[in-house]
Amino acid sequence: MSAPSAFRGFLVKEVRHILRDWQTLLVLMGMPLAQVLLFGYAVRSDVRNINLAIVEPQPDAATASLRARFEGSSGTYRFVGTFANVAQLESRFKDGTVRQAVVLPMRFAERLDRGERVQVQVITDGADPNSGGIMESDALAVLRRWDAARGGARPALRIDVAARMRFNPTLESVNLFVPGLIAFVLTIVSAMMTAITIVREKELGTMEMLLVSPLRPRQVVIGKVAPYVLLGFLDVVIVLTAAQLVFHVPFRGSVTLLLAESVLFIVTSLSMGIVISTNASSQRVAMMAAIAMTMLPTLLLSGFIFPIAALPWPLQALSNVVPARWFIVIVRGIMLKGAGFADLWHETLILAGITAFLLTVGVRRLAVRLG
Amino acid sequence: MRAILFLVRKEFLQIVRDRATLAQLLFIPFAQLIILSNAATFTIRDTHVVIVDQDRTATSRALAARLEGGRQFLVERVTSSPAEAERELIERRASMVVHIPPRFEQQLVRQRAATLQLSVNAEEGAVAGLSAGYAQRIILDFANDQSATLGVAMRAAGEAAGAAETTVLAPSRRGVLEVRPQQWFNVTRNYKHYMVPAILVSLITIIGTLVTAQNVAREREIGTLEQLNVSPISKMQFIVGKLLPAWLTGMLLFVVGLAAGRLLFGIPLRGPVWLVVVGAGVYLTVALGIGLFISTVTRTQQQTMFVAFFVLMIYLLMSGMFTPLESMPQWAQYVAAATPVRHFVWVMRAVLVRGGGVETVWREIAGLGVAGVAVLALAVRQYHKTTE
Repeated sequence: MSAPSAFRGFLVKEVRHILRDWQTLLVLMGMPLAQVLLFGYAVRSDVRNINLAIVEPQPDAATASLRARFEGSSGTYRFVGTFANVAQLESRFKDGTVRQAVVLPMRFAERLDRGERVQVQVITDGADPNSGGIMESDALAVLRRWDAARGGARPALRIDVAARMRFNPTLESVNLFVPGLIAFVLTIVSAMMTAITIVREKELGTMEMLLVSPLRPRQVVIGKVAPYVLLGFLDVVIVLTAAQLVFHVPFRGSVTLLLAESVLFIVTSLSMGIVISTNASSQRVAMMAAIAMTMLPTLLLSGFIFPIAALPWPLQALSNVVPARWFIVIVRGIMLKGAGFADLWHETLILAGITAFLLTVGVRRLAVRLG
Repeated sequence: MRAILFLVRKEFLQIVRDRATLAQLLFIPFAQLIILSNAATFTIRDTHVVIVDQDRTATSRALAARLEGGRQFLVERVTSSPAEAERELIERRASMVVHIPPRFEQQLVRQRAATLQLSVNAEEGAVAGLSAGYAQRIILDFANDQSATLGVAMRAAGEAAGAAETTVLAPSRRGVLEVRPQQWFNVTRNYKHYMVPAILVSLITIIGTLVTAQNVAREREIGTLEQLNVSPISKMQFIVGKLLPAWLTGMLLFVVGLAAGRLLFGIPLRGPVWLVVVGAGVYLTVALGIGLFISTVTRTQQQTMFVAFFVLMIYLLMSGMFTPLESMPQWAQYVAAATPVRHFVWVMRAVLVRGGGVETVWREIAGLGVAGVAVLALAVRQYHKTTE
């Protein structure tokens, strides 16, 4: 049997192997879809439905109109109730049934009418400093608007700031989420699956059989990973289609470029999988290594959820070798900014460099192991 | 009982003998705790800013200096060309452009109001909002301060224009509303104090669920599960024997992690610490039970892992760990309520950060207890000693 036809036979075996295990296949295809739908709807980083309490020891016209103002801003607040004093709120803040409270003084309307300086307190649950900060400025804005509407004192000077959120004007979470999700899914499908499938043959002893076949080590590797390139590619298409059809995620750049870059990233992930597989003795070890080396960095050091710029410098430096970091910049660039290859060649080059490195190391090590 | 002890001993021996497993269980969680705690943050310093100054007056320069003065912004350059700034924004060299239009100072003096434009790269959602908010606060402060300096100029301008309107700074007769914001529970606004408790939960969850699910799937795949099946231990004994070692390991990790969080990151321990330890014990039962259940409904290690990952993804992204729960649509909040992680993360934060006690969290812990019993019962039912 000549080497090329042996290789073809091997490839057919691998494809059959994957196709026969339809449960795994279903998971591989269904999981990304479920994730886009689930997280696209569910994961939001904006702050809404804040449990708000108002402390008004002495209700009057002014407190009523202020309360109406808060109740009127629909979506932002969920009005919990009015209380007579702050002490009543302590336990409610602790168990989270109240996240924010506006504390009004006695004789609120009367004192304002007399032209006095009246203090209003805004208490915010700052356990989470991010949403705490956002909640605080939201409440201050509502109070300012109320104050302006009643004709209260104006600042002597006013600088209006017209803020424009570029590339994602509504700060739609799903637009930011999809590029990261693609990277994440590809990391799982390509890196982890490759690592596991190779290590599995080692663990079950069938790798030995492949070794005595006329296949060269390089061919074994290619035959093993080729089907996963296709699977990964299908996943990208599924995720993008769902994102476009269901969430109308913008697609400002070239789809071809996006798919080409995805293929590059799939190869990167596969190479990582190969490298992991050469170092792992069992599926368990391979899986843990895949989590520690690919999944978590993709989640945390790639700008997917937390911005790179927020990392302390050692981690920022580390993030440079996380392939997903570059891939996410590329995908966001193409989808949200309509960037072309001219804008992204830098990132692409880095990604290609990492891939070449991993692939060389992986294939060489595997060859040594197998040979 | 003796049978269980033998099984427990076997599991521990397997862990201790296998260097890789031991390393996994001890080293990886702490490396993660340290990296995660530092990585999981939205607090940005040094946002790169380009200022387009088309006004070129003392006021516009003072504003630029003010923006640069805080620790938040790093002014890359000041230019007069909007096109140039746009390029910086697209090529990600700047995250924000502050555009001061021509005649900015003049408008401030004459009309007491002027507009400037802020363009933020919103590719990184949450950050864009925070940066814009921060910039707005600085600009507001700046406006207030300038009232004093420009007040003089305004009066002068008013007189020059022959107008008698010098009452700009006069107080309103309608009372002054003075708002005093106050943040509870995290005065220093340290994001780590909020995140580290949740990260601890995610660590024991990942280790617990994955290790358990994998452990059984592996024994099945390499055939040693058959040996256990033909041994005279009951299903219940088998499951307890499998879970107990993992539970003990998880508890050890949790306690050591809590201490590490306290020592390294100074996380607050405002409520009773024993309460979170008890909570962790109950919670781990649920987490491990789910891992075991996953392994009983799948066949290969690969499948097990995929299902486990899917579950973990839901845990991580929908449990309110990283994003506020209240913002999710109602149905998603129900989904979140069905995950044990959401409840235990909440318990951790309620006790450690908000200083809640038994009266605050007993319902959650009791609920987790009920869930634990249910999941274990289900896993026992689902586990078959025979192979079909």
